[in-house]
Parts: sequence; C-alpha cells; structure tokens
Amino acid sequence: MKHARIAWAGAVHHAVADGDRLLLADGTLLAEDEVVWLPPVQPGTIIALGINYADHKKELAKELTLTAKDEPLAFLKGPNALIGHRGRTRRPADAAFMHYECELAVVIGRPTKRVKRAEALHYVAGYTIANDYAVRDYLENWYRPNLRVKNRDGATALGPWLVDAADVPDPHALSLRTLVNGEPRQHGNTRDLIDDVPALIEYLSSFMTLAPGDIILTGTPEGVSNVMPGDEVVCEIEGLGRLLNTIVSEGP
Amino acid sequence: MLVIHEALACPAGRAAAEDRPRAAWVGQAAFAPPPIATAYGTLLNHRDALAALGDAVHQPPYKAPPKAPVLYIKPRHCLAGHGAAVEVPADAEALEVGAQLGIVIGREACRVREAEALAHVAGYTVCSDLSVPHPSYYRPSLRYKARDGFLPLGPWIVAARHVPQPDALEVVVQIDGQEAQRYSTAGMQRGVARLIAEVSAFMTLAPGDLLMLGAGPAAPLARAGQTVRISIDGVGTLEHRLVAEAAA
Repeated sequence: MKHARIAWAGAVHHAVADGDRLLLADGTLLAEDEVVWLPPVQPGTIIALGINYADHKKELAKELTLTAKDEPLAFLKGPNALIGHRGRTRRPADAAFMHYECELAVVIGRPTKRVKRAEALHYVAGYTIANDYAVRDYLENWYRPNLRVKNRDGATALGPWLVDAADVPDPHALSLRTLVNGEPRQHGNTRDLIDDVPALIEYLSSFMTLAPGDIILTGTPEGVSNVMPGDEVVCEIEGLGRLLNTIVSEGP
Repeated sequence: MLVIHEALACPAGRAAAEDRPRAAWVGQAAFAPPPIATAYGTLLNHRDALAALGDAVHQPPYKAPPKAPVLYIKPRHCLAGHGAAVEVPADAEALEVGAQLGIVIGREACRVREAEALAHVAGYTVCSDLSVPHPSYYRPSLRYKARDGFLPLGPWIVAARHVPQPDALEVVVQIDGQEAQRYSTAGMQRGVARLIAEVSAFMTLAPGDLLMLGAGPAAPLARAGQTVRISIDGVGTLEHRLVAEAAA
C-alpha cells in the first residue's frame, strides 16, 4: 500500500493511493492537485549518505580529498529541511551551483540496535523518494557536508508516498532518474549502491539506536546538474512514484 | 538561598518561557532529559579552541578557516538526563567532554536579526556534548559523536529572563571532583544572539530546538568509571557518569 500525509480542507489526513487518486479514511477521493502534500513520514532522525554510488564518487573525485573509504559517509539532517511532494525549494540568490540528488529513502519501522545484515530489512517500514538538494557554493571543509550546504529549509523534498516494504520485494533493483523540465538528467539503479540497505542499517545500528520514523537517504548516482528558479524537477524511482519539486528564487 | 527553577520548557513553544521557581531537593535522582526537539551543536566557536589548531586551518584538508558557523546534529537517541550513565565504547579509551551552554529556542527563529535574536530564546541548559576523540574535523564519522546517550543535558532549562548575560557565564568542569576545565562564554567568536542570527539565516530553529554555543578550549577527557560535573553560572550543575560499554 502507498501512504501519504496530506493537508486538505483545513486538516491533516492520512491517505492511501487509489489509482491516480488519494483515498481518505472517510472514503473521500481526491485528485493529486487538490491537496497539499506533506512529507509522508513524521521524521525522527534523518540520516543521509554521501557518495554511495560508484559513478557519483567518480563524478565528484576532483573535489574530494577522499582516499580509501573504510566506512559509509553518513551525515545528519534536521526536520527543517523536509518538504512534501509538489513543494517549492528556494535557490539562494548568490548561489552558482545548486543541484538535486534523487535518492531512495528508507523509513525505519521498528526500534533496533546492533542488528545484523541478514535481519536488517525486517526493521524497514517502507520506502519513499528523496530529492536532497545541495548548494555547492557553501561547501566548507569543516564537518562536511556542512549544514549550510545540506540542511537548508525546505531543500529536501520527500514523497509522494511511503510505500510499504512488503510492496518493494527488492529495494536493490529499482531504476531511478531525475528530469528537469521534462529532460532526463540523472539515471541510476539501486543495484549500484556501494553500501546497500541492509549494510547501512547494520552499520548505523552498530552504534546508534534506530527508531520508527528514522529515515535513511541512501545517496545519489551521477548526473547532478545546476537548477534555476522556475525549473520543475521530478525524481522518479521505479515502483515508488514521482516526486515533483519546483525551484523558486529566494524571496524576503 | 538556593533557588531551583523547575524545567518547564516544552516543544509547545512560548509556554517554555513561563517559569515557576520552586525550592526542590534534587539529590542523586536521575532526570529525564529536558524535552528537546532537534539538538544542533557548534564546533570551534571558542576563539582559543580555533586558535589551538594553529596553521592547520590553512592546510589541507581544511585549506581555510571556517567562515559560517560549523554545525552538527546530535540526534534524539543521544539525549540523556542529569544523573545518566553513559556507555564508553569498548574501542575508546576516553571520551571528550564538550561542556557548553545550551540555548533552548522558545519561538520559531527564521532569518532573525542579531538584535532580536534573544527574544527567540526560551531558556538555557547545561550540555555535556560527548565525543570519541577524533583527529580530523573534515568529515568525521557519526560514530564519534552520534552514539546513544552522547548528549547528557539538564538538569533543567532555566528561563531566559533569569540569565541576563548568557555571553558572560563561567563554565566549570570537574572530573571525579577535580577541576578539569574552566572558561567563560565571553570567549566565543559568535555570542548567543549572533549565532542564532547566522544559523537562522538558512535553517529555521523551531520551538524546543537546542542550539549549543560551543565547547571551550582544550576539552577534557573522561574515562569509564569517572563522574563528570559541569556547572554554569546561574544555569545549573549537570552531573553524569561514564561506564564501560555492556557486552554486545
């Protein structure tokens, strides 16, 4: 089943997908553009992975002073960053390079600590799509990636749906792509994850307790490019849907 | 006279600033951590902490001193209360104690000006930001800072009106009763108001969020079996223990 959190007619609702439409608990059927889409999960801890696709690593090689990689490059985000499907993300006026990152997002469903790889997927509630923007201009070499690059208000789109794990039999065989104004710019497949979903859960839970609502953004493949105000950015992942976001200029 | 202000800050917002002083005996009881939404830390805000790096700030991998505040997040499983026993990982000899002032947000802070920033503060608390010592600030692993229990804080949140000078507070750390560090929040590159202004320029701080001002220079180390006690003028005294990690 596909779940959404939406605002409609003055209240926040849980909705499920019914064909192209949204079905509320009371039977109301709504079109996608009739509602305000919220991130499909009330977030707990938000963990994101840097450089978790081999091709993206190569793409960033010039900028990275990265050598041997001994563990996943994980960092944290705050709830201020999240925004729902069909949301608007601001591009700072002084930025020269702001790019999207289409990512498979894993939502934890049960508390776990020190889980082994073989059992790790049992703790997953479901999957969704993230578009985790970065503003490269603000990159500094202190506690990378610094929050000014990666934790800006509304710069991590999430959704549209939380798709139950039971409906995603193999999270490592999903094609993903990003389109800007309809033009494909980024392609990848989750089979190319360097650290796959069970590996990430095993790694993270080895030193921290994962809890329901925690979200792991698994990283992005190559193909990032600059986006400008007015651009419509769609991130698609096979079986999970398409996440639309519009870039706007930074207002007052 | 000993006056203790009960923690009343809560994510609900303005109510956080309502304090009701009452006398209480804290004793040795373990406290729940104050109700914090998201905890943000600030690295190298103290001038002497940054200066201690010397010329390294110009060398790779850093190449330049930090321009914007260097921030990090301590996720929810890090929060621990006054009196907590925090596990030291088996592979760490000691933990670094980042004793510092915690700023608790009371009103949403989005793009606030420095002159108005303090009006967004509900109150202050004492934070023991624990880390496994790590040699590089470039891209440290979450394993060093984001472990369960690695942010004891409290015992309470003192309403901001009782802390008129947050940029002139003495912070004293004792480990097993011996003084291990003493510094003043006056040494910060960015004081409370300026830090809130610069952070809220790109990141909204919500009611209940915690923004830590930054640790002092030469943060002390503590080992399993030791007791850490951090006192901040007019804010309180936070005590916690370190224990060896239980076997997996």
